[in-house]
Amino acid sequence: MALYSDKVMDHFQHPRNVGKMDDADGIGEVGNAKCGDIMRMYIKVDPETQVITDVKFNTFGCGSAIATSSMATELIKGKPISEALQLSNKAVVEALDGLPAQKIHCSVLAEEAVRAAVKDYYDKNGIPYGDELLACDGHCETCGHDHE
Amino acid sequence: MNVYADNAATTAVSKTAVEAMVPCFQEIYGNPSSLHSPGQRAAEKLAEAREIFARNLNAEPREITFTSGGSEADNQALRSAAALGARKGKKHIISTKFEHHAILHTLEALEKEGFTVTLLNIPPDGIVTAEAVKAAIRPDTCLVSVMFANNEIGTIQPIPEIGEVCKEAGVLFHTDAVQAAGHLPIDVKAMHIDMLSLSAHKFHGPKGVGVLYARRGIALENVIYGGAQERGKRAGTENIPGICGSAAAFDEACRNMEENAVYLTPLRDKLIAGLTAIPHSILNGDPVRRLPGNVNLCFEGIEGESLLLLLDAKGIAASSGSACTSGSLDPSHVLLALGRPHEVAHGSLRLSFSEYNKPEEIDYILAVLPGIVQYLRDMSPVWDELEKGQRPHLI
Repeated sequence: MALYSDKVMDHFQHPRNVGKMDDADGIGEVGNAKCGDIMRMYIKVDPETQVITDVKFNTFGCGSAIATSSMATELIKGKPISEALQLSNKAVVEALDGLPAQKIHCSVLAEEAVRAAVKDYYDKNGIPYGDELLACDGHCETCGHDHE
Repeated sequence: MNVYADNAATTAVSKTAVEAMVPCFQEIYGNPSSLHSPGQRAAEKLAEAREIFARNLNAEPREITFTSGGSEADNQALRSAAALGARKGKKHIISTKFEHHAILHTLEALEKEGFTVTLLNIPPDGIVTAEAVKAAIRPDTCLVSVMFANNEIGTIQPIPEIGEVCKEAGVLFHTDAVQAAGHLPIDVKAMHIDMLSLSAHKFHGPKGVGVLYARRGIALENVIYGGAQERGKRAGTENIPGICGSAAAFDEACRNMEENAVYLTPLRDKLIAGLTAIPHSILNGDPVRRLPGNVNLCFEGIEGESLLLLLDAKGIAASSGSACTSGSLDPSHVLLALGRPHEVAHGSLRLSFSEYNKPEEIDYILAVLPGIVQYLRDMSPVWDELEKGQRPHLI
């Protein structure tokens, strides 16, 4: 189908880092089933270096929801948390060679899933954080973040 | 293997239809409105095509109007009935919640123009009853429009009974027969149908041709103004190649209707039996009173678009009522009207067949689909929660 770029189709058909993580240090879930997209992201963090050593995802959603989840995990794996938090939905879209306009919200969910996982990690470890990490519930009207 | 299982969206044009069309491009290319011989040859073709549609619907040729498709026919039917009603001070229209958007959006436009619309609820089996129609009729009702068969779930509506109710009440009855024409027997007189819309590309005819049947005596309102074509009720030079191809396709479909149904019904039932064996899947619509080529299911815990893409990668062309494929945030209005919750409706799949499909294609779908559903469920956090009991199974 020409709806998606080859890169999107590759990540959709061969998703990277898909699956559950039983010993995750942080788990973030965004979106809701009623709207048709849920992303759950698991991260493993090295407490010394604050580097995300492993990441997995589970996604319920369309082709681009799965592809953006997959791409987001690739973009943050092995990166320090500080860097992962800089991941924008725009970067995910660019890395996938673009998304159709009506699918941009999938990239937003991917960005928010990363933030939600980090927030969960911070909560579990008593690490303070600012308002920018308030989790996304997938509803644009309750979102305080700037997205492209 | 490549399987085209989206015949409710559109069909391949039949050889018979192509053969009827080809001479109309370079031999019989005159304008039917022209007085000269080439024009009159085209006019004869047009008359033959009209006669074929009339004969197969048990209508008169003059009751047949050619349009650009089912949507235009639906628009014209509703607007005509509404105008007739308004003249008598009757501005109430009855239809159903699971009509095609060509009906629903026209009704929305009529509401803005001062009409009142009652949309009947859809029972769990996907079949509206004549009693429900009767109960909704008011003194100011001018039109009842109920589709012959639903385009997504394939359920067949009790058209003769609804026609009877409308006739008794003196209310015009329109049916959108886009999915039924060429697949189910239609007799406009016996079924008390006042107006009917159909579309040629759903029965192996070309795209861009529709028919509006309107019983003699029902004055049509123009949707397209201009020349005097179609007794002045639909302007524009007639699409002669398309109309001739459509008539040939309709004649063929009606001739082979019973044979096609006998061929498709067991294939449909085999597929339904095999796919409903997948845990937490459910058939949408009545298992028996449905189009011979329609299978529509929901699979819990997965989303339809990703299912379609994976099926496409395996060579299977299907469709879904998920939000991602509907172009809006909501999943199919048909599945919601049927009572499916949003999260279940997102995981819908429609497989629709014609006599061109082969039995081994059904076997191939049965071999491939359960694995794809399982793969997507394994990836789905929703399925994870369902299986852990953190979220109740809805189907």
